[in-house]
Amino acid sequence: MAAIAVPNRRTSSAIAGAARVLQRNLLVYRRTWRGSVFGSFLTPLLYLTAMGIGLGSLIASGGSTVLGGVDYLHFLGPGILASSCMQTASFESTYPIMGKISWRRNYEAILATPLQVHHLLIGELSWIAFRMLSMSSAFLFVLTVFGIPRSPLALLAIPAAMLTGLAFAAPIIAFAATRHNDSGFAALFRFVVNPLFLFSGTFFPVSQLPDAIEWVAAATPLYHGVALVRGAVLDTMPATWPLHLAYLLVFLGVTAVIAERLLRRRLVK
Amino acid sequence: MPPGEEILVHARDLTKRFSGFTAVDRVNFDVRTGEAFGFLGPNGAGKTSTMKMIACSSPVTDGDLSVIGMDPRTQAAQIKARLGVVPQTDNLDAELTVLENLLMYARYFDIPMSVARPRAADLLAFMQLSERAKDQVEPLSGGMKRRLTIARALINEPELLILDEPTTGLDPQARHLLWERLYRLKQRGATLIITTHYMDEAEQLCDRLVVMDKAKIVAEGSPRELIERYSTREVLELRVPEAVRAGLMERLDGLAERIEELPDRYLLYAADGEQALEQVHAREIPTESALVRRATLEDVFLRLTGRSLVE
Ligand SMILES: Nc1ncnc2c1ncn2[C@@H]1O[C@H](COP(=O)(O)OP(=O)(O)O)[C@@H](O)[C@H]1O
Ligand SMILES: [Mg+2]
Repeated sequence: MAAIAVPNRRTSSAIAGAARVLQRNLLVYRRTWRGSVFGSFLTPLLYLTAMGIGLGSLIASGGSTVLGGVDYLHFLGPGILASSCMQTASFESTYPIMGKISWRRNYEAILATPLQVHHLLIGELSWIAFRMLSMSSAFLFVLTVFGIPRSPLALLAIPAAMLTGLAFAAPIIAFAATRHNDSGFAALFRFVVNPLFLFSGTFFPVSQLPDAIEWVAAATPLYHGVALVRGAVLDTMPATWPLHLAYLLVFLGVTAVIAERLLRRRLVK
Repeated sequence: MPPGEEILVHARDLTKRFSGFTAVDRVNFDVRTGEAFGFLGPNGAGKTSTMKMIACSSPVTDGDLSVIGMDPRTQAAQIKARLGVVPQTDNLDAELTVLENLLMYARYFDIPMSVARPRAADLLAFMQLSERAKDQVEPLSGGMKRRLTIARALINEPELLILDEPTTGLDPQARHLLWERLYRLKQRGATLIITTHYMDEAEQLCDRLVVMDKAKIVAEGSPRELIERYSTREVLELRVPEAVRAGLMERLDGLAERIEELPDRYLLYAADGEQALEQVHAREIPTESALVRRATLEDVFLRLTGRSLVE
């Protein structure tokens, strides 16, 4: 780690510094929030109508044992919640971060002040956590309209979905810190984010996949995020929930440290 | 120490290397409080690299550097809190308005809003941007963006303002307005460090300057001292017909202290340019044009490096 500026006040200064970076994003968001809030309600509505009801009607009702004894609509809803958080968090970690690194050089401007690289990272992650919070709250509201949640435990889906988003944000910020143009991002979505969306238990249980692919899916954060979110919404929290939670926390922690290193290497020359 | 004698930036054998390439090579300089100190040099001389080390945004590779009595290696955040930095390329926040740019920057310095608001209003007035306070940044002219960047750098009332090529790319009118504002800042007692490759900018603004070339400092002094030391008081610029050029250096011999032959003209360094011109005419050397002017820092640079400042 590079020189620590105010050793005795490191923790409080880390929070205060990150809060400024978050504040800046909120200031910008004040002008654009309407569109994104609208989207937060529209996305679940579209998926649940088209796939949950439309496609779900073709799937034996009363729930197959594979789906854990629930309707397809109920199975799908929480899965889409976790996946949407992954997608939004991933997007927020690519182009906007790259823009602040090189196109608009916001970070260069901020690093001329007493703020440091870890403030940038924690601030951006806090911002993405805020986005996940508002998104998943709206999503949960729509799920409730569809009568999907089974108990107040469903509220735990919100922190679980936030954590899922962050577990994607940190490694993707690390990736963005190494990019000199945006061509890698299209590949990231095509070869990582979208396949995970399809194969990490959102649309069907991972157990339906061949063993080898099942293991790959289980190694990614989305699988664990889906497990927690679905467990909370349907009140069927698996006994393995501490493992899912620990996996997401460790994954976030390790990739955040890597992101800080790579951002520093990129921004401090 | 009496005011004006206190040393704000002190560099000894300051060096910056980028993976083997030396951008700043063992430079020495001292900047005193209240002065405008210049780094004059062509593109690639190492000016920006030096500024970034002083601003604590680029680690020192080697040598000693102290800024406001502190060590950039261990006290970067404390130093930055007391600096204003105007980077070579504007990095304003394009997603915020003019006023928000100042207020948000104040927050990065942990300045409370109640202090930041009146200060931002004062700075916008000083930089003649008050009418644009609520506008987005993107449609502003280059000169306005530059003034906003300087206003932003002043939001924390810095003890030292670092300006990296403050007027490069601006039209003459915008440059003169900026110079005038910077001069006002200087009169209020601000300490300025300015890099430039314009000799007129250095002459107008700088009390003292160093001439930088190829990572090294090649001369140091006030503009007047440098001109006295490396040039004559006046310069006669001669343009001659192509046919006359062959053997012309011999024909001009003895007319000036020193003669430079450039691709398009000859420079005769003499205490009295008019008298030198009379002698050119007396020797019946045909000329296309002749101009007597005062020597500038451009001549100093030419003398020191054999090249012009701006190619
Ligand atoms: N990050 C960097 N990596 C490698 N070389 C660099 C970097 N920054 C500057 N340089 C090189 O260092 C030299 C000095 O650059 P700079 O300090 O920007 O000069 P100036 O500001 O006087 O034009 C140039 O040759 C430039 O290419
Ligand atoms: Mg430069």
